[in-house]
Amino acid sequence: MTTTTVSRDGLRETVRGILDDHGRDPGRLIPILQAVQEEYHYLPAPALTTVAAALGVPEARVYGVATFYAHFSLEPKGRHVIRVCDGTACHVRGSRDLLDALRAELSLGEAEQTTPDAMFTLETVSCIGACGLAPAMVVDDQIHGLLTPEAAVAILRDVRDGDEPGEEVPA
Amino acid sequence: MSETPTMMVDGRAIPIAGQRNVLELCREAGIEIPSFCYHSDLSVFGACRLCLVEVEGHGVTTSCTLVPEPGLRIHTSTAEIRDMRKVGVELLLASHDMSCPTCPKGSHCKLQNLARRLGVREVPFPSATPHLPVDRSSDAIEINPNRCVLCGDCVRACQEISGTGVLDFAHRGNRATVSAAFGRSLAETECVGCGQCARVCPTGAIMPRSEVENVWRDLDDPRKTVVVQIAPAVRVAIGEAFGLAAGTVSTGQLTAALRRLGFDQVYDTAFAADLTVVEETEEFTRRLAHDERLPLLTSCCPAWVQCVERFHPGLIDNLSSCRSPQQMFGSLARRLLPERLESSPEDLVVVSIMPCTAKKTEARRPEFAGPEGPDVDHVLTTRELARMIDERGLVFDELAPEPMDLPMGFKTGAGLVFGATGGVTEAVLRHAGAVRSAGGELQGAGDPEPVRTLSVALGDRVLKLAVVHGLARARELMEEIEAGNPDGYDLVEVMACPGGCVGGAGQPPTTHPGACRARARGLAEADRSRQLHTSGANHLVRECYDELLETPGSEAAHDLLHTRYHRRPRPSDELAVVDGPAGA
Amino acid sequence: MSNSQDVLIADLAELAREHRSLADTTTHRLVVCAGSGCIASGALAVHDALVAACRAAGLDVVVSLRREDEHAHRDGAVHVSGSGCQGFCQMGPLVAVEPDGTLYVKVTPGDAGEIVASLRDGTAVERLLYREPRHGQICRRRAEIPFYELQTRRVLAECGRIDPEDVREYIAHGGYAAAWSVWHETGPDEVCARIEAAGLRGRGGGGFPTGRKWRLTLDQPGDHKCVICNGDEGDPGAFMDRSVMEGNPHSVVEGMLIAAHAVGADRGVVYVRAEYPLAVRRMRRAARDAHELGLLGDDVMGTGRPFRLEVMEGAGAFVCGEETALMASIEGHRGMPRPKPPFPSERGLHGLPTVINNVETLAAVPLIVRDGVEEFRRLGTAGSPGTKTFALTGHVANTGLIEVPFGTTLREIVETIGGGVIDDDGRPDADGFKAVQIGGPSGGCLTAEHLDLPLDFDSLGEVGAMVGSGGLVVMNRTTCMVQVARFFMQFTQNESCGKCVLCREGTRQMLGLLDRVIAGEADAATLPLLQRTARAVATASLCGLGKTAPSPVLSTLHHFGDEYAAHVDERRCPAGRCKALAVPEIVAELCRGCTICARKCPVGAITGDKKQPHVIDPDACTRCGVCAEVCKFEAVVGL
Repeated sequence: MTTTTVSRDGLRETVRGILDDHGRDPGRLIPILQAVQEEYHYLPAPALTTVAAALGVPEARVYGVATFYAHFSLEPKGRHVIRVCDGTACHVRGSRDLLDALRAELSLGEAEQTTPDAMFTLETVSCIGACGLAPAMVVDDQIHGLLTPEAAVAILRDVRDGDEPGEEVPA
Repeated sequence: MSETPTMMVDGRAIPIAGQRNVLELCREAGIEIPSFCYHSDLSVFGACRLCLVEVEGHGVTTSCTLVPEPGLRIHTSTAEIRDMRKVGVELLLASHDMSCPTCPKGSHCKLQNLARRLGVREVPFPSATPHLPVDRSSDAIEINPNRCVLCGDCVRACQEISGTGVLDFAHRGNRATVSAAFGRSLAETECVGCGQCARVCPTGAIMPRSEVENVWRDLDDPRKTVVVQIAPAVRVAIGEAFGLAAGTVSTGQLTAALRRLGFDQVYDTAFAADLTVVEETEEFTRRLAHDERLPLLTSCCPAWVQCVERFHPGLIDNLSSCRSPQQMFGSLARRLLPERLESSPEDLVVVSIMPCTAKKTEARRPEFAGPEGPDVDHVLTTRELARMIDERGLVFDELAPEPMDLPMGFKTGAGLVFGATGGVTEAVLRHAGAVRSAGGELQGAGDPEPVRTLSVALGDRVLKLAVVHGLARARELMEEIEAGNPDGYDLVEVMACPGGCVGGAGQPPTTHPGACRARARGLAEADRSRQLHTSGANHLVRECYDELLETPGSEAAHDLLHTRYHRRPRPSDELAVVDGPAGA
Repeated sequence: MSNSQDVLIADLAELAREHRSLADTTTHRLVVCAGSGCIASGALAVHDALVAACRAAGLDVVVSLRREDEHAHRDGAVHVSGSGCQGFCQMGPLVAVEPDGTLYVKVTPGDAGEIVASLRDGTAVERLLYREPRHGQICRRRAEIPFYELQTRRVLAECGRIDPEDVREYIAHGGYAAAWSVWHETGPDEVCARIEAAGLRGRGGGGFPTGRKWRLTLDQPGDHKCVICNGDEGDPGAFMDRSVMEGNPHSVVEGMLIAAHAVGADRGVVYVRAEYPLAVRRMRRAARDAHELGLLGDDVMGTGRPFRLEVMEGAGAFVCGEETALMASIEGHRGMPRPKPPFPSERGLHGLPTVINNVETLAAVPLIVRDGVEEFRRLGTAGSPGTKTFALTGHVANTGLIEVPFGTTLREIVETIGGGVIDDDGRPDADGFKAVQIGGPSGGCLTAEHLDLPLDFDSLGEVGAMVGSGGLVVMNRTTCMVQVARFFMQFTQNESCGKCVLCREGTRQMLGLLDRVIAGEADAATLPLLQRTARAVATASLCGLGKTAPSPVLSTLHHFGDEYAAHVDERRCPAGRCKALAVPEIVAELCRGCTICARKCPVGAITGDKKQPHVIDPDACTRCGVCAEVCKFEAVVGL
């Protein structure tokens, strides 16, 4: 359900619940947005409008915060998110080669991040702190280290093969 | 002799006299330190990195963040500092669209001036201009992000002065932009059109919308009869565009210039202001008698009216139903002038010269249109008019002063003081014959406080009044009033712009911090030089009542001079978020 | 919870005693490293396999030392536990056997049976022991491994030994005693004085004296003050703070408690980078457990004074490591730095006086209180007392998390702890050392001439480098320093908040200039312009991110100016890394004239007759490298 259209009523109820959990405190804007993103895997525009109105802050400020932080996405993401670490250690140990191999495997262009079937989103991350295992990548919050391009592609294929239609994405 | 503490600036001892920072101290000492992002009426931002100075023993720092201290020794123009400023300007130019010859900001552009001052002869970096679309959706202002230097002045003006927060930074790094939420066009936002963003913008990125070409077209059309009204605040500011000191009253030259431009009749918005005072006083005394819908909120400022409609719909009934002077003039002109000027109604063109961008939006309100179209066809800002005078090749300060046309060129001093904060209240109190205690002067010297309160006696009643300028402060006050009006205000005057209309976003750009004050003094001087100071004494206004309007507050008067307001939908409405803590 | 301090002292002592007595009932302890690195390598499965293997062997297993554990009262049980990062991530999953100190590396679940079997007779499973690659010697105990031999673990001492999710174990190891003594027995002024005397300097980058920072905050008036732990470790190539937060979160909480008492704070926030989910979880758990025990809350340890602590997760912005940006982020704003003054000590979080310290700094604080100032100063140098953790990565045999006294030389770290430089294929390359990047995107590079430089704040400052957060990336001779500078510039450019002109536009233009150098498009004006821009950005940017963004450029220009010049003047990359500058060539002696390269070349740049040596037209060649890939005789060189 991660990428399908979100029902307005459902969204309103969910977002209100999140707002109440945080006491509708404008100072907790970032944790609130994190909770919304946790729920929908991205930040739907109506959710941001709801958050702004309920917190009594301008929408432009909420939008400004949402577009500032790399972890927030205003676009729906794929069912599986692959983040290739491009920290220094990974970079000198060939993270670019991993990225190229994965991008080729997913037939993604330079500017594209998400596959047309919304199955995978491929991103880089500045450092996941697994430098001792460089080069590394994170697939759906699981770290894989000491990779080669071939090993990275193999992991991706495992994920794809293991994905029965209709299965929920693991939290 | 008492010792004034000093600090050394470029080898000279400069007295420290409570300046906010070293930047202001240097400017007072006659050293113009460059900056984009510093404004005396906004918070310190520290982003443009141009106001650098070298502090002996501490290295280079920004002067906007440096607190003056006795004994501090600074240098404002070392070779290193000059080069770093130059790098800064070169970097900005590399990401700028460089459309300078056609940019309406022209010689008032700080970036252009700085490039010249710093001797930038070429930009060594390759161009990184973004090529983003220009937003022309608003009637009040237009935004060209390709000229933006991201100094954030507009963002802070929108938050700190206007209190709406429509504009903010979005994205980050070199993708950062100033943008409305979701990159919406301005017309899709809750912008009230006050234009404070345009007033503080150092480049041509945010400019008032220009209607100059439309006005030329009508002036050039021989069938049209073009009449013009001039708002009070225009006459004390337009001279600045031609090298005169701020506050110089140039009503006569202005009238002469407008006739040279081809306007058939030159009138005064202050005439309509006198009319407004009469109507609004009647409304106020009636509400007082019935103790209903108090406090009365003034309605002359269209940005303020929109602000109430959007953010404080519960107070819409408190707004005075009086149209603003611009619109009273418009409806009266439509009714009276075709016959008097022997023009067919559809060929009568009404133009106003305003210090304001929101007046452009106001003139487009459907309430203010008749079968022939809008009551006011075109609204020009002071600076647009200055440009027309320039284009026409007139030497402004050499024009022989001329009087305005009657009847609508006649006004009392009370109609003139409308142009500064406190003016409407002043005029109403004069007309109502209220008794003020000592210190109840509203047109005093110095910068007026953002919120001023006073008590006056009217008959056997003591009235509590508040005078506010700047929407951000007004909204705070409205929240108090919504919470039960604990201070018991009877009348609240609000002007969106700092200092009132004299500080409007349509006025000539100025970097002089005292310009607004000087303009307000000019209006006070114009008031003094009139023979009449009470709106009720305007015999031509009285004639209007005799001929057309019957009595103040009559049905006829309501028809022409009053209006209705309505709640404006908010983006969150359809999401039905009703129980937020604030806003709504 | 406890309302009077007597009860609480008893509680702490009782908890510690109980935990120790439970520990005494076990014969062995198997400590599975559960740092992010080892978890990625499969440590959790190893943990479960060990538990299962013990049960299968008929041994009693204790998974968590709690009174309610059914096995805990029996003598002779085996205690299987997780720990924080043991540092040698590359060799994970790691399993340590206590009490004898055996360390197994690269353990798989299939090895569990053998490990458990060996417990009975006290032998070791030799094939799972670490083998030193250069000399082949087998190291049974952790202390014998050269990677650990030269390290002095203080801040990391308990990381890798205790269970980070068990507050009782931290207490049993003496935890919270320092905080208790401070809150009950020592005045704030005296605490500041002690930290000042210890000479503790901020481990997050600048090395500002921690005690002085505290005193500035203490001296501010006000009933409400804040302590912030900066866990937004964003330097790509550094993971020291993550390891501390994951491995010994209570040491951070205790450090904050002591800081809170020293400055008079009633509110604390731990701001953890979002990329560290495990650290977020463990810090949250630690804060919750400490609240439950009355160590935090409205009545800290029975003193009647409050200190509430919350953990906030970042949202992905390197610039939030800058203290004013970090506070903006906590307040729910864009993480844009603001000018200082006012400093956080005057007007910080929500306008309150605030002290912000880095994770490692705070973790060192309880040690100073517990062991005394003299003991702390015994290690390190006069100007930089104590130890420092580094993340050692790049082209060295042993990578991982290390802790050494300040003043240790680069050579000791690279050669002994790191096991020497390796080539691109992982083979030892004794003469391969080219440079070390220290301090990440804010730092500079050190070269062979600095190998004997003692690493401390002042020595590094003198050569234009900085300790920074502690990332040490070793680079071998095949590394192009222009590309290194470009890598970091790309990073800072992406991470610039966009507020100040010099950083926003300057990093973008410097990146463009570096790209021109790498693409062979630079001219005589390029390097002077790069230098001029770098200096302006370094001097006049708003915050530390901008001020240090040009460091990698300035430092590589300084130490490897010739390499830049070769790119510009000779259109040559000395390391052979810049594709656009490569001069591909076919070695005639090796070429058999098989024609495959000519056939595969996408632009027809290779010509030659069958069975005759082929040649590449350098003007037509696009440096795609296909020829080198397909050549069976390795005759294509220079790509």
